[in-house]
Amino acid sequence: MQQFSLLVHTLGTATKTNEKLEALATYFTTAPTKDKVWVIALFSGRRPKRMASSGVLQQWCCALASIPDWLFLECYHTAGDLAETIALLLPPPTNTTHTHKHLHEYLEQIIDLQKADEAAKQAFVTQCWLQMNTDERFVFNKLLTGGFRIGVSQKMMVNALAKTMQIPASAIAHRISGNWNPATTTYENLLSAESVTTDFSKPYPFYLAYALEQTPETLGSPEEWQAEWKWDGIRGQLIKRNNELFVWSRGEELMTDKFPEYQALLDKLPNGIVLDGEIIPAINGKPLPFAILQTRIGRKNISKKQLQDAPIAFFAYDLLEHEAQDIRHLPLAQRRLLMENIIANAQHPTLQISPVIPFTNWQSLVQTRTQSRAMLAEGLMLKRKSAPYQVGRKVGDWWKWKIDALTIDAVLIYAQKGHGRRSNLYTDYTFAVKDGDKLVSFTKAYSGLTDKEFNEVDAFVKRNAIEKFGPVRTVKPELVFEIAFEGIAASNRHKSGVALRFPRMHRWRKDKKADEINTLQDLKNLLLTYGK
Amino acid sequence: MPKANTTPLISFTNRGLYCSAGDFYIDPWRPVDKAVITHAHSDHAKNGNKQYLCHHFTKPLLEARLGNNHYQSIGWNEVVRINGVSISLHPAGHMIGSSQIRVSHQDEVWVVSGDYKTENDGISGAFEPIRCNTFITESTFGLPIYNWLPQHDMYTQIQQWVQNNKAKKTTSILFAYSLGKAQRLLQALAMFNEPIYLHGAIWNMQMALAATGIAFPQVERITPETLREKLKGAIVIAPPGAEGTSWMKKMEPYSTAVCSGWMQVRGNARRRNTDMGFALSDHADWKGLLAAITSTGAEKVFVTHGFQSALSRYLNEQGIWSAEVKTAYGNGEEENENANSATDAINTTITTQQ
Repeated sequence: MQQFSLLVHTLGTATKTNEKLEALATYFTTAPTKDKVWVIALFSGRRPKRMASSGVLQQWCCALASIPDWLFLECYHTAGDLAETIALLLPPPTNTTHTHKHLHEYLEQIIDLQKADEAAKQAFVTQCWLQMNTDERFVFNKLLTGGFRIGVSQKMMVNALAKTMQIPASAIAHRISGNWNPATTTYENLLSAESVTTDFSKPYPFYLAYALEQTPETLGSPEEWQAEWKWDGIRGQLIKRNNELFVWSRGEELMTDKFPEYQALLDKLPNGIVLDGEIIPAINGKPLPFAILQTRIGRKNISKKQLQDAPIAFFAYDLLEHEAQDIRHLPLAQRRLLMENIIANAQHPTLQISPVIPFTNWQSLVQTRTQSRAMLAEGLMLKRKSAPYQVGRKVGDWWKWKIDALTIDAVLIYAQKGHGRRSNLYTDYTFAVKDGDKLVSFTKAYSGLTDKEFNEVDAFVKRNAIEKFGPVRTVKPELVFEIAFEGIAASNRHKSGVALRFPRMHRWRKDKKADEINTLQDLKNLLLTYGK
Repeated sequence: MPKANTTPLISFTNRGLYCSAGDFYIDPWRPVDKAVITHAHSDHAKNGNKQYLCHHFTKPLLEARLGNNHYQSIGWNEVVRINGVSISLHPAGHMIGSSQIRVSHQDEVWVVSGDYKTENDGISGAFEPIRCNTFITESTFGLPIYNWLPQHDMYTQIQQWVQNNKAKKTTSILFAYSLGKAQRLLQALAMFNEPIYLHGAIWNMQMALAATGIAFPQVERITPETLREKLKGAIVIAPPGAEGTSWMKKMEPYSTAVCSGWMQVRGNARRRNTDMGFALSDHADWKGLLAAITSTGAEKVFVTHGFQSALSRYLNEQGIWSAEVKTAYGNGEEENENANSATDAINTTITTQQ
């Protein structure tokens, strides 16, 4: 555990990528193998089910620290991290002479206790807390609360493993993907070449596009490129192997059970295929807004009505495996032909081909791109016809060419402190538009400003806070921001009647006063034009 | 006069803390006739007042920062009377010269803490608890997540970090506020028995402090003429405003550390993008605040700059009458974690340096 705690500490404080890589590589060379498997799991978003809720952990901590709940929450909103808040609030350790356990032993105990009664859980957690220093408590709390976002990306971990194992990073990425249980998988099996063939559900690492910042002419001759719509859904892989169907999201979440409509494809598709595409709601091949998909995400039980109102389809645009062979090395043009064949044979409304947009010169494509919103697309994708399917985000062969965002000028009215590296800094804002002489809140936004701008707004909030509602401060409505967003939909959950997609602060309009912001009517007009 | 009975000894005005019976202000943020100053940090000691009353050690610092003014300085526990009100200064332990201000009139005693820390750092004077009816306390680190390690342990960590850098022939750059924190670092690093290199802003303050007679290790100012060779593996102290500027180039390869109470929380340290964060503070931590407040025996506690709402609510729940007070303090040195270039003094020095 100490070794892992040291690793987390180094990863959290190192300012250079090389230092982090070095720390990971050292860890993977020297740590006990059972611990290593868990670290791979934790850093790729796989974690044991929580054995105690945040609320319960908070109670246990308050009892030990003798502080009231409200004070705990004040601390939490300032520190911006639950695990750390608890680590800092607990009284000093009373028993530091205990024998140190390994990371996997703690995790095994956490899993064993999942079904135990609360008293047993509390006894275990309390005992651990009182044996640990602040750094160890922080790491232990992270194991309890999940979510290891501590300044290391999955890509970095893959690179470190590649370095220690002398295996290409793309192969590592593939082997550690998909459905495996760190409690039962050994390090050797996980990273062996066989892991890819024994797990029928295993997806391939996704190939990700960069945003096209220049004009498309810079890409060269139009004949070398294939254009498609950039759909606004969930990127996914649809797999059929061994007479079983699996659907993975890009976040490596197995979503097969969430979308029962895909089961209809089981008999229609051949074995040994992996399709890459977009999970989107659609009726008769016509996409529906993302907001409809949101009504399906996170639901365990899906009603008949939902299946009717928000039917989910798969818009395929690539084929990664064919006849049980990895064909990612083939050029896109060839993969595309094989894919179109499969889909044509399946003949099912749930499985659509993401069409290729014909174009002969870049200028006509510029025209087509302006139609994106009407197609419920975010813009265009440009893919080099001769390119293989690569691993991760790589420059050169795939580009996303998004349409310009919609924008609206709004005034900041509420602020709340952020999390992680934004701890104790007001970075989470709520914005309002005008409605007569009233202000109506319509969106939150947390991103888009530079650190320097955030500092400035933070200082403004601290000086101009009017009222306090728990962690939220109401602020003098003075600062105007241009809010950019990708889409707009009607919503009865918000006072304004609209919900925005991907809202962020595009620009701080220091040149504008609060009475020059947009109105609720402006927002409703946008809804009428784009909110279909 | 009935009016005098209802007017509190110290009231909170838009110029600062005001004692109407004595007709003077404490740490005013707008110009007044008579100002009693707790300490030399820029948010507590402003320019433009006609008369200043402060501790002997504070006077040279005010002269360096604010130029020539009418200054009167006194020692700790020395009583001065202004319009029949007794005033005395008592060590606050925050920085050199920093004082709590005891104000008494008829049977009533108020104490204004200014900024303070309860641990004796060996150079700022040991915080002295003063019995009073009403205590006005700061609350910069007024949440229980802020609990400092003993100074000795923190110094050991800093020394080890410097030692590791030396082994790698890397320069150690420590970012610290020029008044207060920088002097504590000098004290912490004296054991290396070598000259410590200072940024001009800190050098200026160090020169001003010579008048106090407090002993510091040998220091050298970094100037454009300072040779690169001399800085290799050396110890450098610079104000936060110098962080990330081209001024640092000459010290390459270097490792940086920020020394501030805010480094207690990982997120803050990550945001600063520093190699190391040491939670070394010149303010009282949560336990220190509570201990100080309790030891005054005050019936009423006003809480200023920091986490005033949390501390005030907590005190009320503990049976101590308390209210929060809005002041203009907390925009100066350590209180404002996000102001990299806190004082104007630092800014001007940096610009004139380059």
